[in-house]
Amino acid sequence: MPRSLIIAILVLLVLHQDNWFWTDGTLVFGFIPVGLFYHACISIAASCVWFYAVKKCWPSGLESLAETDHKEGGAA
Amino acid sequence: MTEFWIIVGYLSLLLMLGLMASRMFSGTKSDYQLASHSIGPFLLLMSLFGTTMTAFALVGSTGEAFKEGIGVYGMLASSSGIIHSLCFFLIGVKVWSLARKNGYSTQIQYFRDRLESDGIGLLLFPILVGLVIPYLLIGVISAGTVIQNMTAGAFPNIESFATDTRATSGGVPPSIGSLVICLVVLCYVFFGGMRGTAWANAFQTIVFMVLGIVTFCVIANQLGGKDSLLENLQSLGEAISEDKATRSHMSKTKFFSYLLIPLSVGMFPHLFQHWLTAKSASSFKLPVVAHPAFIMIVWVPCVLVGVWATTSLVPPKPPLPTIGDSDVVNSNAILPFLVKTQTTAWLGGLLTAGILAAIMSSLDSQFLCLGTMFSTDIVTHYAGKDRYSDRQQVLLTRGFIIAIVAITYLCSLAQPKSVFTLGVWCFSGFSSLFPLVFAAVYWRGLTKWGSYASVLATISAWIYLFRESGWGANRSYVIDLGGYEVMPVAGIFLASVVALVGVSMVTKAPSDATLKKFFAD
Repeated sequence: MPRSLIIAILVLLVLHQDNWFWTDGTLVFGFIPVGLFYHACISIAASCVWFYAVKKCWPSGLESLAETDHKEGGAA
Repeated sequence: MTEFWIIVGYLSLLLMLGLMASRMFSGTKSDYQLASHSIGPFLLLMSLFGTTMTAFALVGSTGEAFKEGIGVYGMLASSSGIIHSLCFFLIGVKVWSLARKNGYSTQIQYFRDRLESDGIGLLLFPILVGLVIPYLLIGVISAGTVIQNMTAGAFPNIESFATDTRATSGGVPPSIGSLVICLVVLCYVFFGGMRGTAWANAFQTIVFMVLGIVTFCVIANQLGGKDSLLENLQSLGEAISEDKATRSHMSKTKFFSYLLIPLSVGMFPHLFQHWLTAKSASSFKLPVVAHPAFIMIVWVPCVLVGVWATTSLVPPKPPLPTIGDSDVVNSNAILPFLVKTQTTAWLGGLLTAGILAAIMSSLDSQFLCLGTMFSTDIVTHYAGKDRYSDRQQVLLTRGFIIAIVAITYLCSLAQPKSVFTLGVWCFSGFSSLFPLVFAAVYWRGLTKWGSYASVLATISAWIYLFRESGWGANRSYVIDLGGYEVMPVAGIFLASVVALVGVSMVTKAPSDATLKKFFAD
């Protein structure tokens, strides 16, 4: 996995632990508590990181597998 | 009565969908269990999302937000958005490619082959089945409860439908509601196999996502009492108390340790089977990207409705539903209660269909998966794969599905009270088995003895901590890890990793031929 993706995922995980909004009850747009709004943004950010992952870090050489016939019951 | 007929109509639609899917059934085992690897990006997204979102996503998230406040979203939803897609990307795509190369249709086939061990299958089979069954029970029991609540008063003249509380009296009893749901799911899984399951999941996921948003808007407009939706939202937002709008009462380390729970999707056998249905590796791209955003679309409205229910804007009459004769509010009944009291009978019926959709879109995959595991990992594996024809293997899978549905339904009649708590414990068990699948895919040094040690350490630590929690009776049970308060999953996960790495380091790795087969690149 490329280093840029590892860093992006680690940043997401660090940002997820938002101690800075722990006791903040401010309402964003006048109706949504900032702690909830922030985590909704984390969900969007996660989608963006995964968009980057599928565009730039997708494993190569897998598409040909869809065409090949697999053999049945390969278990030991 | 309107709600009742909408539910009947919805279930009939599902049956038709299952029967339509069965017309495309080619009769082979691969088609029945894996839809002949024909599932494209959209169906894969909807079926993976529908399978991971159980009743808990709609009913439970509202209930938990009612009790704990908005912190529930970060604890369970945004963490899942990051971790679920990580599992699809790191594990899903990789095992899909290995399965296509080697012809696997179950998780156990993969582990047996990768670890050169027949015994790992025998060890994992009862553990995986044992962890899935309580998960199934949650769905079946929830379905019966939801149907009873939403049809309350529809049959006032049937004596056996009467109960002590007004909220449920005259409604279809849970024993009948659960039976009907089991039979509907059984029908479309039995006839449609994986293709029917994927179609039904996609349809049901659309249903519960759309109806969730509509219900959110209607409840906001009813409770807010102002002219526009935004004004109503603002009025409700201002009414939320400080403790529900923040996480002041929540442990930061416990919140952090919740990040381990979503790793369970890496080891769910039913998700593994869904991964294998993908037409190509590219089919995973859409689910990987869209899954976190979909979680947000479903969870944010539910969490907001849950915290609104704690405000003074909720009318005092009728009072919030309580557990039995006590004064304790039944948090799991908050969403059905608000829908019933704040929306129309039509929307109530449709939302009930949406909740049932969320429940059934998980049940179907789990039933099919257990049937597939039994026929593939036990019967065919030990009797010899040439002993049964493809059609006979489909029959075996179907037979075991009927047996599992019957067992689950009979267990649900006992109404085990601790089953919802047991659900979190099951997730913890699957999460703690995650190191096994991760190491199998990425670490050449993993040995069969390291795997045995990891599975045994997981199940021993799980049983020990579960017992310490009073078999789930202590719902807020946490453990002390290095002076920090964390969820039990952290301790079990640690035991699993230590056993896996420690034992693998001192035992013999699989043969070069096997390592070459799995680590060619």
